[in-house]
Amino acid sequence: MTKLLQWLFGVSLLGALWALVTFDLLDLSLPQTYREVAWPMPFYLLISFGCYSLATVGYRVATFNDCEEAAKELQEQIKEAKEDLRRKGLKM
Amino acid sequence: MASRKTSRPNRDSGDKYSVLLPTYNERENLPLIVWLLVKYFGESGFNYEIIVIDDGSPDGTLEVAEQLQKVYGEDKIVMFVLLFPFKGTAYIHGMKHASGNFIIIMDADLSHHPKFIPEFIQKQKEGDYDLVSGTRYRGNGGVYGWDLRRKLISRGANFLAQVLLRPGASDLTGSFRLYKKKVLESLVEQCVSKGYVFQMEMIVRARQLNYTIGEVPISFVDRVYGESKLGGNEIVSYAKGLLMLFATT
Repeated sequence: MTKLLQWLFGVSLLGALWALVTFDLLDLSLPQTYREVAWPMPFYLLISFGCYSLATVGYRVATFNDCEEAAKELQEQIKEAKEDLRRKGLKM
Repeated sequence: MASRKTSRPNRDSGDKYSVLLPTYNERENLPLIVWLLVKYFGESGFNYEIIVIDDGSPDGTLEVAEQLQKVYGEDKIVMFVLLFPFKGTAYIHGMKHASGNFIIIMDADLSHHPKFIPEFIQKQKEGDYDLVSGTRYRGNGGVYGWDLRRKLISRGANFLAQVLLRPGASDLTGSFRLYKKKVLESLVEQCVSKGYVFQMEMIVRARQLNYTIGEVPISFVDRVYGESKLGGNEIVSYAKGLLMLFATT
């Protein structure tokens, strides 16, 4: 199953469950509180996911390592390499 | 009479590492990256070859490659010219002529540092991984030379790809990797995209085929970013590629 199909399947399943509870499709006579809680769920989940995404990406950007030393090391090695290659006869 | 102990135990393991370097106008960087590769492979004792696959560079990259062949030997520096600018094709071409049983792909512009290669090799041996991916996003991996905007785009794009594809690897668009040769061969056959998306597709398909993936944190030193900003076009093609993978894998 492709990821798209997995998502469609998952969303359909959750959607069916939600509709079942919110609109009482099977006439289960669930208490009113269930229906009241279920009704805004999709909205809440979307908002939660949005917040989670922002927080996660924000955290990852903030902790993204800056490799200062790697850059310095590279610069030094470049000098060393140029010297050595010149000695070995490379025309640069 | 003291016998000289071998200081190169790794040389006898029978493994050979072919480094594929697709180049375009890398006249200045090619000697440097080759020097670094020779240095780190030399120190580690592993058997290797460097395969330069040039895309018809007008700046004389091939001439420099020829000079490097004279310095380091034709068994160490192998060269080809390609006429189709497509990273996937460079790999296919390079692989056909690679004599190693492992293939290392990396950028030739010094953003990837050969010092990580012995770590890749070590990691691969640890778990007999089918592929080892260099990651900028885990451990002490990271980037030099990126501003906030670039970092935001990078992390955001990666987050999206993680949510949609759940690939099991932290850095999908990285192109510093070690593959078993037969694994790379089977993956390249299946992949249809190019650029960033090609690298993502390789990982996704590797997961599909149940190949094992190891990760090694790497530092990515971007000296090019100032000249080639990440524009709207690239972002759009990334999004398209991501959706394609989402829908087809």
